[in-house]
Parts: sequence; structure tokens; C-alpha cells
Amino acid sequence: MAKVLMKGNQALAESCLRAGCRFFSGYPITPQTDILEYLSWRMDEVGGKCVQTESELCGVNMLFGAAAAGARALTTTSGPGFSLKQEGISYLCGSDLPAVIVDVQRIGCALGDIFMGQGDYWQLTRGGGHGDYRTIVLAPCSVQESVDLAYGAFDLAEKYRHPVIIATDAALGQMMEPVELPEMKEHDMEKYDWYIRPRKEDEPQRAIWNRYWDWEDGGHKYPAYILDKYGRMEAEEQRWEEVETEDAEIVIVAYGTSARVAKSAIARARKEGIRLGMIRPITLWPFPKKAFDELGSQVKGILDVERNILGQMKDDVILADENRHPVEFYGEYWDNTSEFKIVEIAKEMLEKY
Amino acid sequence: MEYRLPKDIDMTQQASWCPGCGHGIVCRVIAEAVSELGVSDRIITVDDVACGQFGQFALKYNTVMSAHGRTIPVAAGIKNARPDALVIARPGDGSAYSIGIESTLYSAIRNDNILAIVINNSVFGMTGGQMSPTSLPGMKTSTTPFGRDEKKDGSMVDIAKILGQTDMAYLARCAVNTPANIEKTKKAIKKALTKQMNGEGFCLIDILSMCPTNWKMSEADACEFIRNTQSSYLPLGEFVDRGGEE
Repeated sequence: MAKVLMKGNQALAESCLRAGCRFFSGYPITPQTDILEYLSWRMDEVGGKCVQTESELCGVNMLFGAAAAGARALTTTSGPGFSLKQEGISYLCGSDLPAVIVDVQRIGCALGDIFMGQGDYWQLTRGGGHGDYRTIVLAPCSVQESVDLAYGAFDLAEKYRHPVIIATDAALGQMMEPVELPEMKEHDMEKYDWYIRPRKEDEPQRAIWNRYWDWEDGGHKYPAYILDKYGRMEAEEQRWEEVETEDAEIVIVAYGTSARVAKSAIARARKEGIRLGMIRPITLWPFPKKAFDELGSQVKGILDVERNILGQMKDDVILADENRHPVEFYGEYWDNTSEFKIVEIAKEMLEKY
Repeated sequence: MEYRLPKDIDMTQQASWCPGCGHGIVCRVIAEAVSELGVSDRIITVDDVACGQFGQFALKYNTVMSAHGRTIPVAAGIKNARPDALVIARPGDGSAYSIGIESTLYSAIRNDNILAIVINNSVFGMTGGQMSPTSLPGMKTSTTPFGRDEKKDGSMVDIAKILGQTDMAYLARCAVNTPANIEKTKKAIKKALTKQMNGEGFCLIDILSMCPTNWKMSEADACEFIRNTQSSYLPLGEFVDRGGEE
């Protein structure tokens, strides 16, 4: 199929439709709103339902109902709205429901601002919802990758009967890039035996409810169940991209738009003879620990590059690296992440370590 | 008179409501209304967190348990995904009128084609009888030990006054304290489900329901309390009844 030029948010939305998504419920919030606007007319064309809800809470709970009924369901938001969806995400996890939730990240806590940022790593990977849960978090770094990850996200969600989160950001959502769109698929709403539909007389009752109460032979089976589920996700779903790590002395860890700047910094540094490389997590959870195990002995330090103030991913980098290397953080808040600054910090690190 | 158990009632699982509770009666009436309409194979229910969730064990329908206060948007999501299903949300008064009031209000505003059956016992039952939106003026609860003081605690919520302003399809208040009222409740449920089949929109039935445990009275006195007190503040009747599609 020929490439088309599309805005990130719209391309992602179109890809979800092509993956068979026929239900959307969401609320306007910058820089995500293009998705809601696009689906408000495009969903009709494919015979689905798009509801502009009165709140983020309603958005996630309508999604909960549609997912329980067997639809491929989507809701999208940005940081402050994602905070409001966390209760619903905990319920999706505790009820074993697949759904896709997109966070087009912005910057700062409270209102923060609507600009480019990676303000949500903590709430994306730790969750603000209650209880023991994890969610797969996919982090694209181009419009094409947004499309590709969104297209596969529904399959992934159904594989585990679990919500999958896609973490893009304001820049990825608002930029236009040439993109190849996948084929249109229809989703079979009778595909799984747990989908809630009206009960036929001879069928056993189906219930979507609190898995925490699952008992078998008088004992709880929930702990073993979720340990197995999250264990399989950690073993099988770690994804990452490596950029010139083979001989790198300083390894950048960056995702999303920050990783794009980091790639430019690597090219610039290498012209100056500085061996810079990068591990780009594509899954923020499970964090790609395996990538760090494969780093060579020439590595002198790791630089975490993010678009926030506190370095939200740094703890995960240290845990994944198991204290083998010093880890530093470079973050921008108001200004763009600078490839010059990255090269400068790498030079300083090489002198230090 | 011979009483037959409705075919959609499941007696093999334990619903574990307190003696004299209205929840079981409401479930029975739902089962009777549904089977009299012959639509047992079209129903999906949404249970709330708290006492209402036991309805899953009493009714044989396929069911979804929502977060507290969100049965109505979850039901709307199900209806969007499966328009042929008849979807019934079963929140309590705390769920539908306190934490979930904006969900209730907006389903009425959007006129979502679902039925909400609100079990209204004027307290938060599962948590031990705290003041709810429909606790009556002067009513003693565990958080209004000297009686609900409207100056301090706010006024009682009468959902008929709030939703009466919307374009919803059907709004009624019934009770399950007497055989006659139970029959009227069944009629209201049948009417609302018929409206849903006709695509008329959002229906809400507020059902005054006994909670002897938290009202701290006998089962018989709880029925009398609805007759003499609760229904005098929250009068029974049909408040909105719009016919026809679009």
C-alpha cells in the first residue's frame, strides 16, 4: 500500500479502526483531541460507535462495558485525564478485560502544560490505580511505529485478557509523517467464550467480575494466576531497539520523541569520535531488562534522557542495569531536548568514568 | 395461590442478603418481568459494588460487575457494543445519586437506551448504614447520629426533581414493601424494557427498598417505614413517560 502523509494522532486512530476497533469513548484534552475529532466522523464510516463522554471516568467505564461485551474498545487521553482513568484501569486489570488506552503525554503535574513532555512515565508504568497490577505499555517513536504498535495492541490485549497502554507524546501526536497503513480487519465479537452476550438457555452463566475472589478447592488461586500472567508478560513481551550499542562507551536510554533527538546526538557524537549508543525501550513495562544484560564491557556509563524534571525512568534503568554502571539523567522541561547538550554530557561522563 | 419460582432465578448459589432486604424481591421481580416478556435470552445485567453485586448469584443472566457508581456508563458501553441486548444496570442509591450522579445524569441527557433499576434504601447499606443522598430529613444513620440535618448535610435528593428536566424516556418510583407495590414495580420494569426494545431511550426506576439491618428495625417495621415515612418524602409514581422513537 502506498504511503500517505498523516498526523500522528489521526494515523494512530485510523490504525485502531483497521485493527477492528469499533468502540471509542473519550473526552477532549490537548494534545490528544485530534483522535476524538477524527473518530467522531470516521467511526461512523466503519460502522462503529464513538461517544464523547461527559468525563474521563465515563470514558473509561463505557470502554469497560464495551470490552466486556466483546468489542475492540479504545479510549485516549493525556496526562491529567490519564490520572482520572486509573481507577478504571485497575478494574480492567482486576476483571481480566482487554482494551487499549492511549496517553498522548504532555508535561508537568496538576495542569502542567499542554506542550511536549514525558510527564507520565510513573503513572504509566506504576499505575495510580489500587491493588497489584501491571499493564503492558508500548512507546512508539514515529508516526509509523504508532500505527504499527496500535495495530498489534488489540491482539496483545486479548492474548493476556488485559489492558494495553500506548504512550505517545505531544510531538508524536501532532507531527505529520509519511506512513503506510495496515489492512482493514473486522473483529469477531463471538471469538472468545468469556465475552458477555445475553445467555442462551442451555449455556452456563458468564460473569465479568472481580477475579480477586477466584477460589478453587477452598484455596485462593488469584495470586498464582497474576504472578503467572505478569511473569509471562515480563518474559515474552520485552521490546527494545538498540542503536550502535556494540562499541558504545556511553549508552543513552530514551523512548518516544526523546529517542529521536538521541539518535541525532549519536550521529553528531560519532562524527567527533565519541562512541555513543542507545537502548530505546519500546515497552516501558515490561522494561527491557534483557537489553542491559547484553551490554559489552566497553560501556562506561548510562545516560537517561527524558522530557521531564525528575527523571522518572531513571530508577528502572538502574534496576535493569543492576548497578553495573553509573547512571546519569538529562531532562528538559520547557525547552526542547538538545542533541548538543546530550553530546556535551556524554563527554563529561567519559572524563568522569 | 401457588407460587412458582421464576425460571431466571438461581437458587443454587448464595446471595447472602440480610433477612427482610429488598434486593432479593427486586431480583425476583426482574426475573418475572423478563420471563413474562419472553426476553430472557436478550438480557445482560450490570451489578454494582456493594449489596447489589449479590444479584449476580440470584439471577441467571450473564453479568458484568462495574466499579462503584459506574453501572450506568458500563451498561451504556455494553449497549453500544451489543445493540440487540436488553441491558439493565442495578445500582443502589449511593451509587446512582452520590458518587455516580454525573453518570446517571449524563445517561439521561444522552438518552442512552438502557434501563437503570435503582435499589433505594436511603442508606449506604454494605458499609453499615451511612447517610446516602436519599436519607430522609431527620433520619438517623451512622454518620447522622442525631438525624439528617439539611442545613449541615444538604438536602435529600429526589431524583424525580433532577431527571425530570431531561429528555429521558421513562422515570418512575416504585416500592417493594407490599404485594400491590411489587406488582406495580413489575409493570414498570416491563414497560421500561418494552421502551428499550422500541429504542426509546433512558429509563430509570427508583425502587424504595427495605434495609431492616441498617434501619435498625424489624422486617415488618421496615415495610411500614416505607409506607409511612420514606414514600411520603419520596412519592411513588411515574414522572416521565415519553413515547415513540426519536
